[in-house]
Amino acid sequence: MVEQTYKDIYNKFHDELLGNSPEVLNSVREEAFEVFERMGFPTMDQERYRRSNIPSLFEPEYGVNIKHLMVPINGQPFRCEVPGLHTYTFYVVNDVFASDVNKEEYNALKEKGVIFGSLKTIAEEHPELVKKYYAKIAPHKSEAVIAFNTTFAQDGFFVYVPKNVTIEKPIQLINVMHADFDFLANSRNLIILDEGAEAKVIVCDHSEKDRKFLSNRVTEIYIGKNARYSHHKMVDSARATTSIGGVYIKQMEGSTSNISDIVLNAGFVRNDVHIDLAEKYAETTLCGVCIGDEHDHIDNDTFIEHSASNCKSTELFKYILDDCAVGSFAGRILVDQDSQKTEAYQSNKNICSSTHAKMYTKPQLVIYADDVKCSHGATVGQIDDGALFYLRSRGISEKEAKMLLKLAFTNDIIEKIDIEALRNRIKVLVEKRFRGEQHRCTICNSCK
Amino acid sequence: MLLEIKDLHAIIKSNGKEILKGINLTVNSGEVHAIMGPNGSGKSTLSSVLAGHPAYEVTGGEVIFNGKNLLELSPEDRSHEGLFLSFQYPVEIPGVSMTNFMRAAVNEHRAYKGEEALSASEFLKLMKSRSEYVELDSKLAGRAVNEGFSGGEKKRNEIFQMAMLEPKLSILDETDSGLDIDALRIVAGGVNKLKNADNASIVITHYQRLLDYIVPDFVHILYKGKIVKTAGKELALELEEKGYDWIKKELGE
Ligand SMILES: Nc1ncnc2c1ncn2[C@@H]1O[C@H](COP(=O)(O)OP(=O)(O)OP(=O)(O)O)[C@@H](O)[C@H]1O
Ligand SMILES: [Mg+2]
Repeated sequence: MVEQTYKDIYNKFHDELLGNSPEVLNSVREEAFEVFERMGFPTMDQERYRRSNIPSLFEPEYGVNIKHLMVPINGQPFRCEVPGLHTYTFYVVNDVFASDVNKEEYNALKEKGVIFGSLKTIAEEHPELVKKYYAKIAPHKSEAVIAFNTTFAQDGFFVYVPKNVTIEKPIQLINVMHADFDFLANSRNLIILDEGAEAKVIVCDHSEKDRKFLSNRVTEIYIGKNARYSHHKMVDSARATTSIGGVYIKQMEGSTSNISDIVLNAGFVRNDVHIDLAEKYAETTLCGVCIGDEHDHIDNDTFIEHSASNCKSTELFKYILDDCAVGSFAGRILVDQDSQKTEAYQSNKNICSSTHAKMYTKPQLVIYADDVKCSHGATVGQIDDGALFYLRSRGISEKEAKMLLKLAFTNDIIEKIDIEALRNRIKVLVEKRFRGEQHRCTICNSCK
Repeated sequence: MLLEIKDLHAIIKSNGKEILKGINLTVNSGEVHAIMGPNGSGKSTLSSVLAGHPAYEVTGGEVIFNGKNLLELSPEDRSHEGLFLSFQYPVEIPGVSMTNFMRAAVNEHRAYKGEEALSASEFLKLMKSRSEYVELDSKLAGRAVNEGFSGGEKKRNEIFQMAMLEPKLSILDETDSGLDIDALRIVAGGVNKLKNADNASIVITHYQRLLDYIVPDFVHILYKGKIVKTAGKELALELEEKGYDWIKKELGE
């Protein structure tokens, strides 16, 4: 049993782990471990994990970074630059927060009363604040992957945006996998927007190509009353990297969120997104573009819960799969009994451009309320022959024409991203990806 | 000789049905040929086969275009060699802007000829001047290819693309259908402006009115996959008056 290694590690290093970590994180550790011990990793006979073999991902003897050791990055750090976009940039290297928060560039944040930095540090400095939200949104009691994360989590990124404070410049969180040996990173992020606050976060996942990496990153996001939040994640990792974990969001009355997941390069991704529209008039737009070829595996399991009336959700995912890539999309939408006047729209459209590529799509709407507007649709197809011939008949080569059509296919999703410079950058990166011009770390200077 | 079609036979790949049953047609530079014929006789199939549509398979005959074996070329190379098809039903391509589409097309044509790609400003100038040929609304150039274009706008857009690519041989498949009276004059005017001694057109139409503007040197009748009659421009007038029954009678049907 692959779980045994990790159970042994926990039992053996229990005291050290607790000694290294803040009380707030420790307070749920035991409970989470019990869940993990009882459940084990989810297996493929569980409906939600039919396409992703989670236990096998943990088979390599990674160990756990109990000592919270930092693997220093020599030379120039990863810099994910988006032309025309200035961000507050933060790094998490493997599972350790690695930015110096005392740098001048963050002063503007401090002046606004924003609390930010390492989850570990903030949990020590502001235990009451962290305690109020930590492990309250991601369901570690029912999900083994989250239970595992909660059992071993020590650090990650934290930000708290106070009431009615707007952060204009986006925050950029760069997760880097970097080590001279195979590595399991288990990080935890917590993002809190108080009432009326506004913030945008861009997350970039990168990894080096020479080692086998597994990251299990769990992000909890609380969006207070009337707050507005954007969260755009881009995965641009090496093929030998596996990413699991997810984003868990709770939205209060009148809040809005704009969430996107762009998988540009990745070997194996299992990503969970759970959005709880907990109070009335909350709105969310959740989008995804996933590009896979060779033996890539991209599995998104999304769950939007309409727990209150008058909420609206729009969910759009598109996959473009080539070679032997496998994609999976599950879109669960639950409209609770009293959630009248719900609007919920979901669409998952996919192109398999080779006969070996496989796409599994599973919309699942469960509606208990009467007065709702819901729609969903899923398609799996090829590139449109008529459009392809039209382009070729004008002298555009087959390869270029296919590229234009694939780009066009992703376009409406990318248009939903509410940061113009990022939108433009992603379009360029997606085009490069389709052209096969760059295979990894497309946007960090250090890999050029 | 610009185009020589000899005993061309073609089938629909999906069902094996033979649509072209031995077409013979020769087109020289400077000429305008009209092809008429009842619905379903194979006019669009002939255009598609010439343009290299993968839904059809040539089962016999040959086509020499500009000294080359046309049937061996990919659709894009047929275009590079100077063939242009104005589609009877232009395809809508959401998400691909007219500008990106035309830039890709023009630059691939230039690359084929060993010319450098146009600069952004040169390209936009070309777009602007060529859209004036058919009075194409400049707003259409900012939109996705044919997406939400009206029937008439789609046809104008076809001739705009022809003006951009300056083909040696253009096949206009019912370019007049869907055009209002003014638009017909404008579009035909655009075609005439592009006409010179080195190029040629094949105009597929059901009606004389287009041929009032684009005057053909020859009129052919395509019937059941074969060209059954060829004459001068007066043939179109005769058809307009009498329909196709007399042709069928002549053929002994
Ligand atoms: N891709 C296809 N699949 C099935 N049938 C086809 C296909 N292409 C053509 N056909 C059939 O072949 C015959 C000739 O069609 P074609 O479009 O060439 O006629 P046409 O002469 O252009 O007619 P129209 O004047 O109506 O445009 C028709 O019976 C048509 O249904
Ligand atoms: Mg036709």
